[in-house]
Amino acid sequence: MSTDEILSFDEAMEKYDPVLGFEVHVELNTKTKMFSSAPNVFGDEPNTNVNEVDLGMPGVLPVVNKTAIESSIKIGLALNCTIAESCRFARKNYFYPDTPKNFQTSQYDEPIAYDGYLDIELEDGTVFRVEIERAHMEEDAGKLTHMGGATGRIQGADFSLVDYNRAGVPLVEIVTKPIEGAGSRAPELAKAYVAAIREIVKNLGVSDAKMERGNVRCDANVSLRPHGRERFGIRSETKNVNSLRAVEHAVRYEIQRHAAVLSSGNPVVQETRHWHEDTRTTTSGRPKSDADDYRYFPEPDLVPVVASREWVEELRATLPEPPAERRKRLKADWGYSDLEFRDVVNAGVLDEIEETIAAGASASVARKWWMGEIVGRAKAADVDPGQLGVQAATVVELSRMVEAGKINNKMASQVLDGVLAGEGTPEEIVEKRGLAVVSDDGPLLEAIDAALAAQPDVADKIRAGKVQAIGAIVGGVMKATRGQADAGRVKELILEKLGVTA
Amino acid sequence: MAAINRDDVAHLARLAHIEMSADELDRMAGELAVIVDSVKSVSEAAGDDVPATSHPIPLANVFRDDVVGHTFTAEQALSGAPDSDDNRFKVPAILDEA
Repeated sequence: MSTDEILSFDEAMEKYDPVLGFEVHVELNTKTKMFSSAPNVFGDEPNTNVNEVDLGMPGVLPVVNKTAIESSIKIGLALNCTIAESCRFARKNYFYPDTPKNFQTSQYDEPIAYDGYLDIELEDGTVFRVEIERAHMEEDAGKLTHMGGATGRIQGADFSLVDYNRAGVPLVEIVTKPIEGAGSRAPELAKAYVAAIREIVKNLGVSDAKMERGNVRCDANVSLRPHGRERFGIRSETKNVNSLRAVEHAVRYEIQRHAAVLSSGNPVVQETRHWHEDTRTTTSGRPKSDADDYRYFPEPDLVPVVASREWVEELRATLPEPPAERRKRLKADWGYSDLEFRDVVNAGVLDEIEETIAAGASASVARKWWMGEIVGRAKAADVDPGQLGVQAATVVELSRMVEAGKINNKMASQVLDGVLAGEGTPEEIVEKRGLAVVSDDGPLLEAIDAALAAQPDVADKIRAGKVQAIGAIVGGVMKATRGQADAGRVKELILEKLGVTA
Repeated sequence: MAAINRDDVAHLARLAHIEMSADELDRMAGELAVIVDSVKSVSEAAGDDVPATSHPIPLANVFRDDVVGHTFTAEQALSGAPDSDDNRFKVPAILDEA
């Protein structure tokens, strides 16, 4: 495999202006396929979720899945598209074993949704509008596994094995208009765009949206032009970039590669590129076919899909609140700072905090527990925070016990460990482990006396009015009581003892 | 006369995986041009007042409810396959990835 020359990203940006375009394929989570009643299920035994339609046997007729149409319209609406009053399917003809029919049933000149847009929020809050050209319906292809050869890649394979379980699974392909003006933020925008599409289809409930399963797949188009020139450069299309991180890396790499080609005075070759996660590079695929080569023509076995305005409005009424608007609302409701809220979003605990607040915790308490205690534990266990199994009610119970002075924060953290270890409810664990704040002043006063005697200079400072020095004494008392004391009460008692008012 | 030359026919034949001799390519170039011209005369017959027809049958929205129906077993699915392995269709390795 040859290695392409690349320029540094900064140098590429100095010389050129990137233009992006994306084709994102979304697999719908309907129960059955687009044109057949075979089940749409991931991970089953090969060639068991197929019938005569999926295998393209002679004389069979496709019938459109109504739910798939409704899901497609919902996606179109969520992307602010116009929904076509009438649209049709077409045959895209090509020979490759991933389709047993020798054509893919798709939409060509009449997509179900067109002319939309999506506002993408970048990490620093900048909003970038991406125009949507179209969202059209089609069917997925079968899955080929290349066997033999050394690398497991197609190059050098001896033969391929085909599983048609995926053939005919409903897809919606979302195509952007050329995206200009992203500049050096192009890689970040690429990632944010695909993340937004994934979030939207998941929120709509129309796709499982798992990129690792190929439910959301991205083809990334990149071209460069000198600054100030209007005409687009020649583009490459990097296929099947199937994680958010890979989308960002692939766009960055292609910008650097194009820049090196153009700087050396050569033209970029219009072609598809294959993304390699291991080396984070792309390699040349095939030259891009002309649309003409697919000899599209209207699918004679299917009649047009007519979306009445009543039907479209009915579907619009079922749409959930868009994720971006929901975030805006929650941030305002909870009163978090920009930074606090971004951390919560990035940690992926928005839903959990919302549930915890709904269960009765204050916004700040919910954030403190999830961000301060639970996220770290999830990271240590290498799972998503939501998968750790902490119930909103548990967090509320723990925080109430702390507020009531029954346990302190340190104990609450231990109780949480107990809950996660399956030792019972917080109440039970407090009892079982004998955790309770020492609120009897007697033992506290003894510990305070000892701490003051051990640090007479600190005691003098406090007497002289430097109340902030009290931490050292409180720390000594907490240590002596093995953390069982109520720090607030300890502070009060120390000040009382020294005759200082806080 | 529509311009369908020999190269166009050769290109179409390659796309359609049809093997054609030199004679056939020459003959087909002429015949296809006539066919294209004939189709063109249909579009000339339709005036601006005739809407484009997407489908000859005046039907729309023939839908199926999203309910699972019948499937084949892997054995049934593979029963007509020239070759198979591990419950999957076995095909020659093809470099031209679609």
